[in-house]
Amino acid sequence: MSLQEQWVAFLTILTKEIRRFLRIWPQTLLPPAITMALYFVIFGNLIGSRVGEVGGFDYMQYIVPGLIMMSVIQNSYGNVVSSFFGTKFQHSIEEMLVSPMSSLVILSGFVAGGVARGLAVGAIVTCLALFFTDLRPEHLWLTLLVVLLTSVLFSLAGFINAIFANSFDDISIIPTFVLTPLTYLGGVFYSLDQLSEFWRGVSLLNPVVYMVNTFRYGILGVSDVNVWISLGAIVTITAGMFCFCLWLLQRGVGIRH
Amino acid sequence: MTALSIRHLSKTYASGVQALRDISLDVEKGEFFALLGPNGAGKSTTIGIVSSLVNATQGEVTVFGHSLERERGLAKKLIGVVPQEFNFNQFEKVGDIVVTQAGFYGIPRARALQQAEKYLRKLGLWEKRNSQARQLSGGMKRRLMIARALVHEPELLILDEPTAGVDIELRRSMWDFLTELNGQGKTIILTTHYLEEAESLCRRIAIIDHGTIVENTDMKSLLEKLQVETFILDLAQPVSAAPVLNGFEVRLRDPRTLEVAVPKSEALNSVFQQLAAHDISVMSMRNKANRLEELFLRLVERNLPGEASA
Ligand SMILES: Nc1ncnc2c1ncn2[C@@H]1O[C@H](COP(=O)(O)OP(=O)(O)OP(=O)(O)O)[C@@H](O)[C@H]1O
Ligand SMILES: [Mg+2]
Repeated sequence: MSLQEQWVAFLTILTKEIRRFLRIWPQTLLPPAITMALYFVIFGNLIGSRVGEVGGFDYMQYIVPGLIMMSVIQNSYGNVVSSFFGTKFQHSIEEMLVSPMSSLVILSGFVAGGVARGLAVGAIVTCLALFFTDLRPEHLWLTLLVVLLTSVLFSLAGFINAIFANSFDDISIIPTFVLTPLTYLGGVFYSLDQLSEFWRGVSLLNPVVYMVNTFRYGILGVSDVNVWISLGAIVTITAGMFCFCLWLLQRGVGIRH
Repeated sequence: MTALSIRHLSKTYASGVQALRDISLDVEKGEFFALLGPNGAGKSTTIGIVSSLVNATQGEVTVFGHSLERERGLAKKLIGVVPQEFNFNQFEKVGDIVVTQAGFYGIPRARALQQAEKYLRKLGLWEKRNSQARQLSGGMKRRLMIARALVHEPELLILDEPTAGVDIELRRSMWDFLTELNGQGKTIILTTHYLEEAESLCRRIAIIDHGTIVENTDMKSLLEKLQVETFILDLAQPVSAAPVLNGFEVRLRDPRTLEVAVPKSEALNSVFQQLAAHDISVMSMRNKANRLEELFLRLVERNLPGEASA
């Protein structure tokens, strides 16, 4: 396929993915908006007023970046895992496998779809947050870069989950038992400084901590971890996962007999 | 030019089933080719490998000179596949399914829309373009898969049992459509259980059984191989025993029905003369099975239940 044809094929997958999550917006865009609005009201307003300051900011300001990140993570992951597994389940993945599209195009298309939903939800949640607090990013480009990378990373994670999944159970187990604990314990609601030495050490093993803190640094200018090391780690992990996904597709793991 | 060349293809599934055992096959450009075989013979596995849905264990496939292994992209563009099972998203709209497929082949949207319209119209689905695929009848779903397979104008069209579950009228119109495509120079390979279909459409035929090719020839010489034809005679009066006819094997199915095996070398006249001598009159006569079917059964030495009436 020529470069131009590859581009057309990529756009075909991307628009298909975007159309999909827009069509089922009550399942894809509405729930995160409601959940996050509740977080803002309950944690930010009601409880937050008693928590006092964290890291020099009032509690609402402190958790908003984490909550935006959390919705980006969940929705990027959720979009790719359910869309790709659905494609596999209905066998319509065969429409792609018979076509001359390269594995790179297929993977990029699905990941771009996950990023589109992650960022769309991120934008919605950001708008909601503006009703509760002020958001003036200290480092705009870093903020955008880290949210984009995180979205790519979790789209890839969703892709891997879908490749290995054989049933609908398999695509809800990982989000429930791995993704949710990692994000809730990822420094969204508290600063690592508030933890004991031991739990602080444990938390530093959680990759989400780095993403949330880098993002928070972008907006508020404070972080529990070194931002540049985090960014480097995120880029490395994302690249590694991308290659792994490509290899899985190329081998036909989970999709070709 | 060889449209499809298969060399020493073998496939063992992860379950251990050996679906193909070293098959080789050539289909020339412009041919209308039938791949026949009983359930589980390995037809869909062969098609799966050619269409990149199944990884071969061993062997090589070339499409118009392009190796599937080394020039997969080029080879894939030349193939259109209509699979045995429905494999589209049931919740998508008919029109979108075809347009999206064109996009996967890198066809820009404006042209994809034209192509989709062309084939949806040809297959009588244009009115259904805004319906969800799951709302189509079985026959329409199959036509949808044909439109989808043609949207990128492949040179080689492969159909895995395209007329399964399709009524007679629609089957005939599908045959006309495929014949027309073949007339335009497209190479067509189809698998079918309806032997009549193979006989009326295809000039060449390969028979596959237990993962090996047991016959690969043109239809005419295959039919010539058939040495004996069996006829069923309905009698005017019941008889108590099968009459003995010189040079023919006769069997009494029931008191009013005889089965007579007629060798190619013998004239039918002799049967009737001898029957007349026994005072037996025949009211009507028909072939026991389609000739090809008879040959098929002999070749694969296995029963195909419920298919004698096709
Ligand atoms: N995905 C699979 N995993 C394991 N075994 C398989 C798989 N697909 C097919 N087989 C086995 O391979 C053999 C050939 O199957 P195939 O589907 O190629 O037959 P077929 O000729 O298309 O039959 P039919 O006329 O019923 O469609 C069968 O024994 C079948 O059970
Ligand atoms: Mg089959």
